[in-house]
Amino acid sequence: MNALLAIEHLSVDFGERRGTVRAVDDVSLAVGPGESYGLVGESGCGKSTVLRAICGLNRDWQGAIRLAGDALGPRRSPAMHRRIQMVFQDPYGSLHPRHTVDSILREPIAVHGLGDTNGRIRGVLDQVGLGPAFRFRFPHQLSGGQRQRVAIARALLLEPQLLLLDEPTSALDVSIQSEVLNLLADLRRERNLTYLFVSHDLAVIAHMCDRVGVMRAGRLIEETTAARLREGRADQAYTRRFVEASGGYDRALARAFADLEEAQA
Amino acid sequence: MSAAPAVLSVDGLRVAFDTPHGVVEAVRGVRFDVGRERVGIVGESGSGKSMTGRAILRLAPRTARVEAKRLQFAGEDLAAASDRRMRAIRGRRISMILQDPRVALNPVMRVGEQVAEAYATVRKASRAEARERALDMLAQVRIRDPRRVYDLHPHQVSGGMGQRIMIAMMLVPEPELLIADEPTSALDVTVRMQVLAILDDLVNRRGLALVFISHDLNLVATFCDRVLVMYAGRIVEECRAAELARASHPYTRGLLESLPRLDAPRERLAVLQRDPAWLA
Repeated sequence: MNALLAIEHLSVDFGERRGTVRAVDDVSLAVGPGESYGLVGESGCGKSTVLRAICGLNRDWQGAIRLAGDALGPRRSPAMHRRIQMVFQDPYGSLHPRHTVDSILREPIAVHGLGDTNGRIRGVLDQVGLGPAFRFRFPHQLSGGQRQRVAIARALLLEPQLLLLDEPTSALDVSIQSEVLNLLADLRRERNLTYLFVSHDLAVIAHMCDRVGVMRAGRLIEETTAARLREGRADQAYTRRFVEASGGYDRALARAFADLEEAQA
Repeated sequence: MSAAPAVLSVDGLRVAFDTPHGVVEAVRGVRFDVGRERVGIVGESGSGKSMTGRAILRLAPRTARVEAKRLQFAGEDLAAASDRRMRAIRGRRISMILQDPRVALNPVMRVGEQVAEAYATVRKASRAEARERALDMLAQVRIRDPRRVYDLHPHQVSGGMGQRIMIAMMLVPEPELLIADEPTSALDVTVRMQVLAILDDLVNRRGLALVFISHDLNLVATFCDRVLVMYAGRIVEECRAAELARASHPYTRGLLESLPRLDAPRERLAVLQRDPAWLA
């Protein structure tokens, strides 16, 4: 088994004894080195919770997570955190509003004692397509797309093996989304990064990933490929419905969904 | 453009804000008519699409300066209407649906009572009558068990259910014009389909005029009859929704080409090159 990321029987519960909600239910998947793996599903299906367990934001989980063969526990060394970085959905919430881009990028370098602060910051800003002029600006002086570039730069600074992307473009306009998706595709090729890409947007997932996992109500119900999704082929009725609904509005489909819901009730 | 007489006719609509850095024009001279049809307004953030919707209902912020050559609704000049007259029109004859139902609903009031209140305020009905109308309306927006849902609070309902309740509340006074600002953007795709079907039925069966504001080109192309594309406060293109894929303005083309598509894989996404001439 030479997967870069291997998840086995991952489960996450929220809440106390009586009101327990199983947010992630027995999920297993493997992502090869240099691969971009997509995780899709509707809100509340547990896709972001999987990412939070992998990167250590959520310490309360059962199962096994391995990165290049090394088992990850609930508590991790700084060296382990360096190998997995995450980019969040909302660049308005993920950057400190009173810190400049410079001090946002300086922090991980200091925490991990990497040295050559100036060189690293200049280099990483250049890589994400922001010039040196952006270095001393505050987040409120940046557009949404520029902020997301700063968030990506912060993740890249530590030279991670695995980048977890949690809806990195869903807060952005479509014209900005294309810039950020192109940037992510280029970075993966240039630096041989591995992505675990979470989104509710099938078109974005199919564009960015080759293999795709479909989640529903905490379970990974189907693993498929972008090519199969494009052809509308799927083993699960839910996946087919999801693909159809992503195509835009369709009168007949809307009626079919309503009937299906009634039948399930 | 539409054959039937327009329910809403807008011409020369401008919205400007005075800021310490000079005047910012959010809407810069917009003209369109809406008949008993679905008219989509698409554009990116800051294009002025939401401000256009709000200005029609006189819901723009106090600091905004709104001007219009014509702002006519069902033969009446909204620009000249008094605030009192506007209050009589707003909610009764023109309604607005906002993006996030969880923000728009009162969190400490049962959802059914909110719908009933909307009806009672407009029709001066008794409590029992308002309750009956509200239950009826909840059923019309395909809520399966209206009696149970009536007594729930907003935090107890899902996003899709919340948006259906909002729609019920906005429709119970039977408005002639509905302005929906990103009504389905907070919803999952399968739920979105059902909310759209409800709006679709209202246009087809009751002759509702619908202004559908959205950033989602694909959705507007499949749901609306006509589309207005806004950029920097102006309408840069107007076309039949079915023909949006063949749009001619470079901005619209640029947006369409920057979208990842499930049916047509692209090696690399096009990046929109903005032309200063579009602002002229």
